[in-house]
Amino acid sequence: MNWEAFWLTVRLAAIVSTLLVAIGIPIACWLTYSRWRWKFLVEAAVALPIVLPPTVLGFYVLVALGSRSPIGRWWESLTGHTLAFTFEGLIIGSLLYSLPFAVQPFAASFGAVDPTLLRASASLGHSPLQTFRRIVLPLSKAGLVTGFALSFAHTLGEFGVVLMVGGNIPGVTRTISIDIYDQVEAANYSSANQTALLLLVVSFLVLSIVFGLNRYSTNRRPWAVGPWR
Amino acid sequence: MALKIPFPIQAAKPVFTESISSELEVRVRKRFANPEGSFILNVHLRALAGFTIIFGASGAGKTTLLDCIAGLTPPDEGRISVGGETLYDSEKQQNVAAWKRRIGYVHQDLALFPHLSAEENVAYGLRALSATERQARAREMLTAFRIDHLRERRPAQISGGERQRVALARALVTEPRALLLDEPLTALDRPTKSLLVADLRQWNQHHRVPILFVTHNGEEVFALGDEVVVLDAGRIVAQGRPHEVMRAPRSETVANLSGLENTFDATVQALHEARGTMTCRLAKTTVELETPLVRAEVGSHLRVGIRAGDLLLATENPRGLSARNILPGTIRRVEQRDVIVSAFVDCGQAEFEVHLTLAARDDLQLRPGKNVWVVVKTHSCHLLGV
Repeated sequence: MNWEAFWLTVRLAAIVSTLLVAIGIPIACWLTYSRWRWKFLVEAAVALPIVLPPTVLGFYVLVALGSRSPIGRWWESLTGHTLAFTFEGLIIGSLLYSLPFAVQPFAASFGAVDPTLLRASASLGHSPLQTFRRIVLPLSKAGLVTGFALSFAHTLGEFGVVLMVGGNIPGVTRTISIDIYDQVEAANYSSANQTALLLLVVSFLVLSIVFGLNRYSTNRRPWAVGPWR
Repeated sequence: MALKIPFPIQAAKPVFTESISSELEVRVRKRFANPEGSFILNVHLRALAGFTIIFGASGAGKTTLLDCIAGLTPPDEGRISVGGETLYDSEKQQNVAAWKRRIGYVHQDLALFPHLSAEENVAYGLRALSATERQARAREMLTAFRIDHLRERRPAQISGGERQRVALARALVTEPRALLLDEPLTALDRPTKSLLVADLRQWNQHHRVPILFVTHNGEEVFALGDEVVVLDAGRIVAQGRPHEVMRAPRSETVANLSGLENTFDATVQALHEARGTMTCRLAKTTVELETPLVRAEVGSHLRVGIRAGDLLLATENPRGLSARNILPGTIRRVEQRDVIVSAFVDCGQAEFEVHLTLAARDDLQLRPGKNVWVVVKTHSCHLLGV
């Protein structure tokens, strides 16, 4: 049982899903209320990680973070090392990888808020931003919790992106799923079994909490996951 | 008159200590869609402090009109101003955002915030005030609207009439410059309605703002209106005091809306200037009616409208009545709708619909084939322009 890999993975998932709440809310807000005619292209782009093989995503992230890309060079000039094969690089890869799992529940729950409430709020002197904060966000609690938990659970189990972007550095980028892969490669089945079981239990717990919370939600459409799962 | 009142940016500060009449002027044109196709809303109206009823069938453009005033939907062109301040002007490309307009709007479905208590709902529009002041003002308003005991409850936990009160209180507490009410009483029973209207009137005695009250219920027009504007397919077809517009409807739209069940084409037969009446013959019949005198010439054509509820039925030829028109006829059909019985009486090719009570039907044993007399008062005959 590799506890180092386990806690590394939990830390990664917690950071990523927290950042995704911050990044995902504005994106979901834009996707919900924008009337831009090309919006569907953005929707498709956000949903890409769901269908793309993680290795493809990981490959592009690796290229983007590497010292040949402008981003990679900028980071290198700032910190003295590249983003590839670091924990920070892993965070960036995971953010992209789990983005739709946060954005889609957010957007679905924003969209489920009755538009007359927004009109009423405007007539009561609240700007769109204030309305979003005081009406839309509180009424989307269930969607926010769902998005957070799904992206957390999704990041816990990622494999391909981590392998491409982070490699397999113990204590830095070796996550729990890579650890399982290593142990199976080394024919160390009982250890692999323990770790896999732990991941299974944790993922199940996280999802149970989400479903349990949503059961008591007062929203009309509490379980607002996209049409994709 | 051109007194310019500086409005602070904060939404809800009570700026007016004195009562000041503000006037709402609306001139809008907008294409809008309803289930029967698309209409052009083309309205020019001026509302002074007090109730102005916007009356019309559903789909006439009433809600679209309110949305334009509130800034929730842009007109295609026109100008909207309240208390001398322009809110929208297509020529000058002016369009004040809805949240800066200070126009109270109570939606048809109330739109109470489900996650906030009654008190929080009412305090919602008082953003600019401090928390303590906000609470004090909200409580004051809840008390004024007799819902103080509900302040901790969520909208889902209170009755329909109470919800209506919360919605009104929420709009009024912000001291709006005009108030838009979209069928706010539809769901209420009559006593609850009149109590709420009394509270609203009381509030407006101090505030003197224009209140646009949308309804498709003719009864509410009489109960509330200082002024009524009748809207049909996006246009104003009649305007004036409720009694002038509704009791003597000069257009058929109004007649249908206000429930004139009997309308006939008629020709003027004789004028009786001295009596203030005239005789009209209903087209294609031998039936003659004595109606109020209007400016018309013998031989001119017009339409006569009579409410089914204004007609009497007699099973014997009545004597000693003041009513000028007593028409013999035969009952063709008797229908019952709810507690109202409609008898359709054929009086020489003219069919009259007469409304009766269930008891009257049973006492007089009214059934098809029975011979009866229809009694029509002169002043129950409304002459409609053709």
